[in-house]
This record gives sequence, C-alpha cells and structure tokens, in this order.
Amino acid sequence: MTELGSVIVTAKLAFASTIVLMIIATPLAWWLATTRARIKPFIEALTALPLVLPPTVFGFYLLILFNPESFVGSLWLNITGDTLAFSFSGILIATVLHSLPFVVQPLQNSFESVGKESMEAAATLGARPFDAFISVAVPLAKRGFLTAAVLGFAHSVGEFGVILMVGGNIPDKTRVISIDIYTSVEILDYARAHMLSLGTLIFAFLTLLALYLINFRNSEHRRVF
Amino acid sequence: MPLQAETAYLAVASNFAAIASKIGQKFEQKTKHHVSIVIGSTGKLYAQILNGAPYDLFMSADSLRPELLETDGQVVIGSRFTYAIGDLVLWSQQHFPADNSIEDILTATSVRRIAIPNPKLAPFGVAAEQTLTRLGIVATVADKLVYAENVGQAFSFVATKNADIGFVASSNLATWSNNDSALVKEIPVHLFDPIRQDVVLLKRASSNIAAIAFMEYLQSEEAQSIIANHGYQLAPP
Repeated sequence: MTELGSVIVTAKLAFASTIVLMIIATPLAWWLATTRARIKPFIEALTALPLVLPPTVFGFYLLILFNPESFVGSLWLNITGDTLAFSFSGILIATVLHSLPFVVQPLQNSFESVGKESMEAAATLGARPFDAFISVAVPLAKRGFLTAAVLGFAHSVGEFGVILMVGGNIPDKTRVISIDIYTSVEILDYARAHMLSLGTLIFAFLTLLALYLINFRNSEHRRVF
Repeated sequence: MPLQAETAYLAVASNFAAIASKIGQKFEQKTKHHVSIVIGSTGKLYAQILNGAPYDLFMSADSLRPELLETDGQVVIGSRFTYAIGDLVLWSQQHFPADNSIEDILTATSVRRIAIPNPKLAPFGVAAEQTLTRLGIVATVADKLVYAENVGQAFSFVATKNADIGFVASSNLATWSNNDSALVKEIPVHLFDPIRQDVVLLKRASSNIAAIAFMEYLQSEEAQSIIANHGYQLAPP
C-alpha cells in the first residue's frame, strides 16, 4: 500500500462522482424546475432521500443489489467482467446515489430562479428549447452550477458509511480517506489518523471558503451595478 | 440468589457474538442479572476500552489484547482465562470439485473475491493471513482479497454472495440458519497459530456482581458445552 493511496482513491472518486453527478443532475433538476407533472413531488422526495436515510440503509440494499446473482449485479458482471461490490465502480455508484440531492437541489433552485419569462423571451427570438437552455438558462444559473459541483465534490470526499459497507477496504482501490482514518483509529495509529483528518479538515474548509468567496464577490458586483 | 440484580456490559468479539447472547440468556434466567452485549472486532473493542469505554467484560478473539490490557493495569488481576479456541474455516456458496485442495479453490478463476477479516483488527484475519502465507499463495491471491471490518462482515460478504469465498469462524456457520453452504473446508491447524480467545474482567467491574457471576458462569459445564457445540474447542483445563 502506498502511503497516500487512500488520498489518491478519494480524489479519483470525488472527481469522477462530480462529473457523473453533474451529467445526471442537470437534466433532472431542469425537469424538476420546469415540469408541472403530478409525479414531480414523488421524484423530488426520491431524490431527497439520501438527506434523511442512514447510510446503512443504502449500504444494505446496495450489497443486495450488487450480488452477482441479482439482476443488476449479473448484468454488470456480464458487461464488465467485474463485480460491483468491492470495486471502484461500486463505490462510485454508491457515492453518486448518496450525493444526488446535494447537486440536484442547488441546480433546481437556480433553474427555478431563471424564470419562465427569460426562456419565453428566448423562444420569441426564435431560439429552440435546447438553444435557450444553453444560451440563457445555463449562464443565469452559473452560481447554481458552481454550488452544486462544489457540494457534490465535498460530499463525495466525505462519503463513509456506504463505502464501509460495500467497499471492502482494498488498498489503492476502495480504501478512501474516511475509511483509512477509521481503521487508523481502530489500530491506535493516531499519528496517521491525525495527518489524514487534519488534511481533510483543511481541504474541506478551503473548498467551502472558495465557494463562499466567489458567491460573496458576485453578490457585491450585483449591488454595484 | 443474589440480593440485587445488576447489569454487566460485555464487549464481545464478533465471532462469538451469537454464542455470547445464547449464554447470556441462560445466565439471565439463572441469576436474574442482566447482560448487555456490544459487538465489534477485537481491535476496535480494545481501542474503545483504552479510551474508557464503559464495558465490564472483554471477550476477545485473541489472547494478545487481553494480555496487553493486563500489563496496562486495566483488568482485575487474575481474572484472565481462555474461554474458547476458535476454528478457522473456508466458506463458500459455490460448489467445487471434492478433490480440490485449499490452494486449488482459492486460486481458481471462478473465485474473484476472497473475503478475509482485516488482519489489523481481527484475530481471525491474522489466522487467514498466516494460512495464505504458509500455503505460499499470498502474492497469487492478493488481488482477490477484500477486507472486512471483522469476521462477521466477512461472513456477510459471502452470505450476500458479493464475495465468492471467505475465511470465517466455524462459529459463524454454526449459527447460520440457511443450509445452502456448498463448501465448508476446515483449515488444518498447522496452517495458522491457535486462536486462543481470552476474557478479562475490566477494572471498573471489580465489584459488579453481575460481571463477576458471568465470569464464573462462563467456566461452568453448561456454558462450556454451549461453546463446544458452536464450533469451538475448549482450552485444556
């Protein structure tokens, strides 16, 4: 095991999960922000579940879902030749599912504040819905995208419970920083636990600080103009 | 009969959890005392005790950590004894040809994931690692290993079929109600050092009559026969 193996795994996991989350959450949040379908509250409730469910519920169901004899597990095994539990893909799926509301909700809020009027104005000027989305909604929702990406990234860095249940603690593959800290504490290696914890603490603070600084500056500009 | 019923908090290594609760029930019926069981890997419970966890008894899966607590002055002097000797087995829900050796099975291509308890935390994991070393297949199977928090999680990885095979305690199987274990292979005793499981009475319990009574009951014929019936050997008297 390399000394910083868990740091590298965590960084890979957080970047990959942020990308996947943005790809999934953008259309979902747009749909939630614009639809009047009756099913909307159900989808909203489903998306928000990770905010309230204990990670053990996710971990338990994912273990059952990942079973190579289950539908999902066997499909994955046939396509990739690897099992989902104890693999990087497995912890990526777990992290994405568990971080979804942290990305969907800020996006949905900012899409809602774009407002129908701007989109209708774009349509009157001849823009197709997708054009209008790219050239009007996305720039207006810039802060929402930033907040969503940062929260998704930070929440992925902090993922613990689900990975503890489905990860298998494999060095350089599924051992993330949070698990590494947990094991270090258990084996009384407080020096390592301190190093990793302090590093994570500083990193998390700086990430959030950067986000709030950017938001702070943007709001100042608005006031000036 | 004691004048007063008290509660003893038992910190129990996960391989012994099911049996401890069985013994605990009998003990409660007999004495009217209460036992409350905390389950974890030996390493975790040991770390918790060093940090002042409110346990009265520590039923370890090894003898090393109880000895360390003893040297550290954390236990009631003279309380330590071996309550069981653990057996390591290889368990799978897959079928393998009957003439396959342990090496054949572990290195088979149909075996993608081998669950072992984390050797840093769990004595059964140490034994599993010794087995792989003495068979000379550590490097061959290194990529297949997945580390469980404790022997209970290793068992559950195999039970949910996420791991194809796993090193578990024979007591795990003795308490497993499903009978679809396709493969159960005892690991020969020359492949790992004996898993001597010691119990100690922790200092804070030196006057807890429930904890003291439980230590005595654990050595009774009744308790020892429950232990022997659940996949353990008994320490020679």
